[in-house]
Amino acid sequence: MKLVNSNKNTFQSTKQPYFISVFIICLVSGICYPFSDIIGYRAVALILLFTVSLLAMKLSLFPVLLAAFLSALIWDFFYIPPHFTFLVSKSEDVLMLFMYFIIAILNGVLTSRIKHFEGLAIQREERVNALKLYDSLFNSISHEFRTPIATILGATDNLLVQNSKFDEITKQKLYVEIYTATERLNRLVDNFLNVSRLESGSIKPKLDWCDINELLHSVVNRLEKELVNHQIVVKIPQNIPYFKLDFALMEQAIYNIVYNSSLYTPNNSTITLTAANLSNQCFITIADNGKGFQQHELEQVFTKFYRSNEEKTGGLGLGLSITKGFIEAHGGTIRVENVAGSGSLFTIIIPTEVNWGNDMPT
Amino acid sequence: MNNPTILIIDDENQIRKLLEITLTANGFKVNEAATGKDGIISAATHPPDMILLDLGLPDEDGQNILKKLREWYKAPIMILSVKNNEDDIVKALDNGANDYLSKPFRTGELLARIRSALRLAQNIENIPLVEYGNLSIDFNARIVKKNQEVLKLTSTEYQLLTLMAQNESRVLTHQFILKTVWGPSYLEQSQYLRVFVGQLRKKIEDNPNQPRFIITESGVGYRFVGGEIGKNNL
Repeated sequence: MKLVNSNKNTFQSTKQPYFISVFIICLVSGICYPFSDIIGYRAVALILLFTVSLLAMKLSLFPVLLAAFLSALIWDFFYIPPHFTFLVSKSEDVLMLFMYFIIAILNGVLTSRIKHFEGLAIQREERVNALKLYDSLFNSISHEFRTPIATILGATDNLLVQNSKFDEITKQKLYVEIYTATERLNRLVDNFLNVSRLESGSIKPKLDWCDINELLHSVVNRLEKELVNHQIVVKIPQNIPYFKLDFALMEQAIYNIVYNSSLYTPNNSTITLTAANLSNQCFITIADNGKGFQQHELEQVFTKFYRSNEEKTGGLGLGLSITKGFIEAHGGTIRVENVAGSGSLFTIIIPTEVNWGNDMPT
Repeated sequence: MNNPTILIIDDENQIRKLLEITLTANGFKVNEAATGKDGIISAATHPPDMILLDLGLPDEDGQNILKKLREWYKAPIMILSVKNNEDDIVKALDNGANDYLSKPFRTGELLARIRSALRLAQNIENIPLVEYGNLSIDFNARIVKKNQEVLKLTSTEYQLLTLMAQNESRVLTHQFILKTVWGPSYLEQSQYLRVFVGQLRKKIEDNPNQPRFIITESGVGYRFVGGEIGKNNL
């Protein structure tokens, strides 16, 4: 993330605005010329002044000053009698020309000041928003770290200082709490590392032949503990080729999805993993029969630091963004949808080489 | 071997302390070194029965220390590495490390790995018959039995199984297995390995999808586990 710098374009650097102001002034005065006898040359002054005001709203200070200056000269030269000289015969016209000049320049200066302050206000607002975002991000990050740290500190403190007060069963409970908290910290650090690997672009999949059975079951086996209260179904056709993928990255990518499902679906929910060969693309789906995502969440679940509204579980909202990053590093795509009446469905499609393992010596 | 000595080369004081407590409590003698240089000196002056080497040392690349040690040190070296570093792990295994363990590790797994590395180093091959639960391998008769029934294995399947079993609980890289079983010209044919590991699992595992013998080490290789190892007991 980066603080947005909006301090640009106060003075446009190109020459284009100058050409625009010259062009518009010439055009307007050209159009007015045939009618000057009907409307009178003083009305032309008002029209030109109006034009300069319009320019001031769009352009920056100096092009507007140029327009003001140029229009004054044009009015004087072509419209104020005697025509085609800079001479001004009537004294009220002298006054008028003078007033014209002042008003046109004031117009330019005032508008540009207004725009300047507007820009400053926007900038300030952006900075405040960015700081708010930082604040909430750091708050949630430190909260995520502090919760397991508090658990570990509290439990170890109990064990160190008041050891004799606890019976073996209570101590065992404290050990388990310490262990769980440590695993949570470990997962956090893993996620941060993976995000930084993705952001630095250092993730290059090491493609090798993968047995998709092995891949999906490896994920399920790693999550054995988290999935004790869930039904897991793995459906893979007998006849499926080997795919050329990075086993470790794919394992982590699918792990994050299944882990999420295990957190956000009630006990006894079913998580179904399938794989298929879709005209030489590796096609993987992960579905659960929880209540799915809310409509507005569907587009955001892969966004870094996005967290579901119901914050019943910990986490920073990195898991699925990592999944997406790993899949995309393979040149693949991932999408999520709600399936009517049966929870969420993740679909991964990765174009890859396939090998049917037919040319095998025994 | 009574009270084998283990040298820990790791710059992190806390890790050394944890290892020292764990290992001493389990009957090992422990030497410590905080830098690669000290580690090499310690290994040379008091040769340990095994070395635990952290790859990320402050003074010198752990891979270099490993290579230097391997010029003369024959006993097991186990690498302690950070996670997500499969390239480094494979490289270290190629450089002669016997095994690796990713930090953070479980001490139960660490002890099991140390014991099996020391056991492997002691009786190099020549165990005629081994039993792992309901699986037994008779190396002399070239017979593999599962639940007392003789398994029909192809010669490649048998070679693969015995290679892994003889390196019990030690990780073998894909490249090493391909080279040893199929030959140096098959290094790129990793699909062979997938096919045969799949076939072998169907024959020897109770549940091929939850293998208990042939364990996948993501991005690195395979590990044959005979006893209960690496199981999370919580």
